[in-house]
Amino acid sequence: MNNGLFANVEMQDMITATNETLFMTSISVAGTFILGLLLGLLLYLSGPGGLWQNKPLNWVTASLVNVFRAIPFIILILLLFPFTDFLMGTIRGPRAALPALIIGGAPFYARLVEIALKEVDKGVIEAAKSMGAKYSTIIFKVLLPESMPALISGITVTAIALIGYTAVAGVIGAGGLGDFAYFYGFQRSDFGVVLVCTFLIVVIVFIFQFIGDVISHKLDKR
Amino acid sequence: MLISIKELSKVFYTKDQNVRAVDKLDLDIDKGEIYGVIGYSGAGKSTFIRLLNRLEEPSSGRVTIDNENVTELKKGKLRVARQEIGMIFQHFNLLWSRTVFDNISFPLEIAGIKKEERKKRVNELIDLVGLSGRGGSYPSQLSGGQKQRVGIARALANNPKVLLCDEATSALDPETTDSILELLVDINRKLGLTIVLITHEMHVIRKICHRVAVMEEGKIVESGDVLDVFLYPKQKVTKRFVDQVMGDPDREHSLGLINETYKTGEIVKLHFIGESTNQALISELSREFTVDVNILHGKITQTQKGAYGTLFVQFVGDKEEIDRAIAYIQTTSVQVEVNPDE
Repeated sequence: MNNGLFANVEMQDMITATNETLFMTSISVAGTFILGLLLGLLLYLSGPGGLWQNKPLNWVTASLVNVFRAIPFIILILLLFPFTDFLMGTIRGPRAALPALIIGGAPFYARLVEIALKEVDKGVIEAAKSMGAKYSTIIFKVLLPESMPALISGITVTAIALIGYTAVAGVIGAGGLGDFAYFYGFQRSDFGVVLVCTFLIVVIVFIFQFIGDVISHKLDKR
Repeated sequence: MLISIKELSKVFYTKDQNVRAVDKLDLDIDKGEIYGVIGYSGAGKSTFIRLLNRLEEPSSGRVTIDNENVTELKKGKLRVARQEIGMIFQHFNLLWSRTVFDNISFPLEIAGIKKEERKKRVNELIDLVGLSGRGGSYPSQLSGGQKQRVGIARALANNPKVLLCDEATSALDPETTDSILELLVDINRKLGLTIVLITHEMHVIRKICHRVAVMEEGKIVESGDVLDVFLYPKQKVTKRFVDQVMGDPDREHSLGLINETYKTGEIVKLHFIGESTNQALISELSREFTVDVNILHGKITQTQKGAYGTLFVQFVGDKEEIDRAIAYIQTTSVQVEVNPDE
């Protein structure tokens, strides 16, 4: 045993914590993408001038999104305890963090989706209508492909926020690098552990950002 | 008659006022003709063309295309009907995420055409609009004129009965405009396709239209054969449009200046009205009669139905010979006016 700053950093523990963070992040990003996309589409389509223009529906969706975006994440986790327990059968560990992560991330992403869809050229939608396209065709063959670069950069931003959320979830025992940094680093006053966890989280964020940028850039033919 | 429009109206209700963008409009368009609707911005022409395929829902009135009452169609039927009404736009409205090939393929996908057939049809269309070899390009790699060619190919994909052109050349430079107009005439002749276009440029009307309607405040204030409208514009707004192409030979100081400057001989105004036979009139006159012909002012332009325009010329020579020359012109279809008034 040496007595340096990183004396108590166990490789195996770090790998486990990193894996838990990656697990929480990737599943919650996938869930957020799907749920956020649906909510964002609903916001856009029911909004003024949308294909399914519908004021009550738009109001309900927008309110739901705004309320969940307003709740601080740490409080959202606590509020969702009964729901999580019912859904996952536990309120501890990486799996238990998923409902809160997705419900916290989706409304945020939904707004980004709405903005991305609003950027789609109205003329192109009109052209599709003039060709006799169904609404489903307009959604899947016009709206989504035409807004894809923005949808991808939106999910990248959301993913990075979610990585931050996983660390917050660590405080209530979700596992992952945040959890590890808090319990093994902060509470034992082992600054080395905190540093290594921070470094690993930064690396994960960079990797997500890089992948997002590459995909978004590849898809953008404008 | 292919398209029949009866009492068509569109009212926009806003907070302060109700705007009658299209006001009880009647119009018949024949099969195979190129029909132009011209008007200044705000005249309602853009709304009008969108009423034809119900991109705007009419407030009242009826549109019949090929014996099908478009205004009464339910959503599903309307979609099928729209597949037979092609439309091109001022800003092309191509999908930037799709290649030229896939853009043209889009309406065929909508119509449920099988992949093999789509491929064949798209390649035909690419050749038709002169974009061979550009199928794999994205719209961002094309010039404005090329983009509109893609737009035209896309609009023609499902063999429409009619092609609606919404200011199709207004975003293009003059040269590109001409090449797109030539393509439209070419398609009109080759396929016998009926074309309805709206524009604010008289040049477009002159160059390709057979008939024209002038629109102002939601109403058609004047309509007829392009040449007749050019020759005998009745409404002020029509005159202004005609002047756009012709300049205005009668107005300004030109006539007074001519009369002041050229005091000898006779000043004669020649009016060419759409026949190609008398275009060599000037050279004929100077060959047959011993008069000198001095061209002073004027403009001749070509329409789908021949040359049209006005020339001011000065005849110098023997008085009798000049009279004989003028008498000769009167036997042709060229209208002549001696000593036009100031």
